[in-house]
Amino acid sequence: MTTTLTPVEPTDQKTQRVRRPKSARAGGQMHAGPIAYVILALFTIGSLFPLVWTAIAASRDTQRLAQTPPPFWFGSNLFDNLEIAWNDANLGEAFINTTFVAGVSAVTIVFLSTIAGFAFAKLRFKGRGAMMLIVIGTMMVPPQLSVIPLYMMVAELGWTDQLKAVIFPSLVSAFGVFFMRQYLIQALPDEIIEAARVDGASSWRVVWHVVFPAARPAMAVLGMLMFVQTWNDFLWPFLVLTQTGSPTVQVAVAGLGRGFTPDQSLIMAGALLGTLPLLIVFAIFGKQIVGGIMQGAVKG
Amino acid sequence: MATRHDTAAPPLKEGGAAPGRPPADAVPEADKRRRARLSRRWQRDMRWSPYAFVSPFFLLFLAFGLFPLIYTGWASLHTVEMTAPTDMEWAGLRNYTRIFDDDFFWNAAKNTLTIGIISTVPQLLMAMGIAHILNYKLRGSTFYRVMMLAPYATSIAAASLVFVLLFGRDYGMINWALNAVGFDNIDWQNDKWASQIAVSSIVIWRWTGYNALIYLAAMQAIPQDLYESAALDGANRWRQFIHVTLPSLRPTILFTVVVSTIGASQLFGEPLLFDANKGTSGGSQHQFQTLGLYLYEQGWVNQHLGRASAIAWTMFLILIVIGIVNYVISRRLRASS
Repeated sequence: MTTTLTPVEPTDQKTQRVRRPKSARAGGQMHAGPIAYVILALFTIGSLFPLVWTAIAASRDTQRLAQTPPPFWFGSNLFDNLEIAWNDANLGEAFINTTFVAGVSAVTIVFLSTIAGFAFAKLRFKGRGAMMLIVIGTMMVPPQLSVIPLYMMVAELGWTDQLKAVIFPSLVSAFGVFFMRQYLIQALPDEIIEAARVDGASSWRVVWHVVFPAARPAMAVLGMLMFVQTWNDFLWPFLVLTQTGSPTVQVAVAGLGRGFTPDQSLIMAGALLGTLPLLIVFAIFGKQIVGGIMQGAVKG
Repeated sequence: MATRHDTAAPPLKEGGAAPGRPPADAVPEADKRRRARLSRRWQRDMRWSPYAFVSPFFLLFLAFGLFPLIYTGWASLHTVEMTAPTDMEWAGLRNYTRIFDDDFFWNAAKNTLTIGIISTVPQLLMAMGIAHILNYKLRGSTFYRVMMLAPYATSIAAASLVFVLLFGRDYGMINWALNAVGFDNIDWQNDKWASQIAVSSIVIWRWTGYNALIYLAAMQAIPQDLYESAALDGANRWRQFIHVTLPSLRPTILFTVVVSTIGASQLFGEPLLFDANKGTSGGSQHQFQTLGLYLYEQGWVNQHLGRASAIAWTMFLILIVIGIVNYVISRRLRASS
């Protein structure tokens, strides 16, 4: 079966060759002027400022935050505040919970989306068009619509306040199926599948030995996108994990802000802790995530 | 199917490839049966495996997507209380007439519309501008792209809490800056327009970079010849943008408009957490209560699940109308171009 793996490499080159000529990109041949850099710098500051200021506010005490002018530089309370927020919001448990939920969701979504995306991209079967239409239609339906019956289902099953109540509804991702389909249409040439078939490979073997290797870059990106999305999800965990027990990070952080006497610097410390892991992921994989979003945006 | 494995590669002992191929009946009976079995299994595999690949998604979708959606519609025709969710009493359209008679519903609908407009329009316009700049040859373009996307990695909860502080009436950074340039303090919490602008700014902050990347991807797919011929016809950069870039981006623009509209129609976390009184009514005078928040208030605070379902389905119907309008517009555009 290993022979079927090798042709994957030239494919990548082929798709790249089609996309490559940089001069063929709109405006791509023209250098940006200084004004463009100034605008970009302003937007970069605008996008980072609230994050940096979260850290500044978390390093002060509440009295200092209730003065004008607001603080522009770090104080000395950062680690104390982080520690108190960590304990008050029970963030340790929340981190474990959220990592578990987001991890399970991301892995399952990636797996299910890849096999379904492969079927939609490369296999012919009755009802394919109609099913694809349903998938795309699903992307348009807001999750809020399903919240009430989902809540009833979860209550009926006795899952309230348990993590599986958050995990199961988050396993459906029409976007994932669509994303993998778009990727596999161009990244996986029919000839390789044919070749594997000639070698006598069953469909599962084709998926395992041909589709998964070819789809690996897209799977990694989809996995990260889904992890970010599940990590940041607020509405549904907020509804089902209301009682004490096992909150996710977002519910725990929001809880800090909703106490009776909110301490602003502690809230900011919690917000910082809730965001930090994702910012680290972003600092490491930002380029890939950007590439993934842009790839998913173009119609194949 | 020329590629059936049972015919494509005959066993070696029979002498290999095509020309010297022995007639079929020379093959031993057992071998023939084995092949027939393999062939049947092969056909079954070819026929059913696509369904096996898509079925896990559809099963989950049925259970957690389609069923709840339909059940919401069913529940909206009943009186259901949170305290006894299985106790449903037929109510016909009463839930709908009740919410339509409720001033708070119309207030929430109006707020959702205005917050949707003041968050979506500037967001997409800025995204378009940034995408245009990012599409030039730039030093460190990857760096800017990642920076633009940093807010997307921030959760609604964290972002909303920070913006509450930034928009504080007495000691907030934004009022301080406004003071510095000679304006009076604005009550971002209680003033209707100011609070809606503040809530919108959270949305704008989180999603502008994301949309910019989507526009950028679409811009990079525009063939360069279009620009060259436009340049030959004497079009300057601005006219090239208007006559080449924008028309080519139409489908993408429609896509982002629809996605942003859906996002705006279900705003929930931002207005919930922006409320200083920690209520669910979207400010003391309901000045920034969205439909999403109103749904939550009806269902989880007032415990009327039937009425909350009716709100959900009303939102759904509005989105269907938006979808149809979008479809008609894109058909028109395609026909005219």
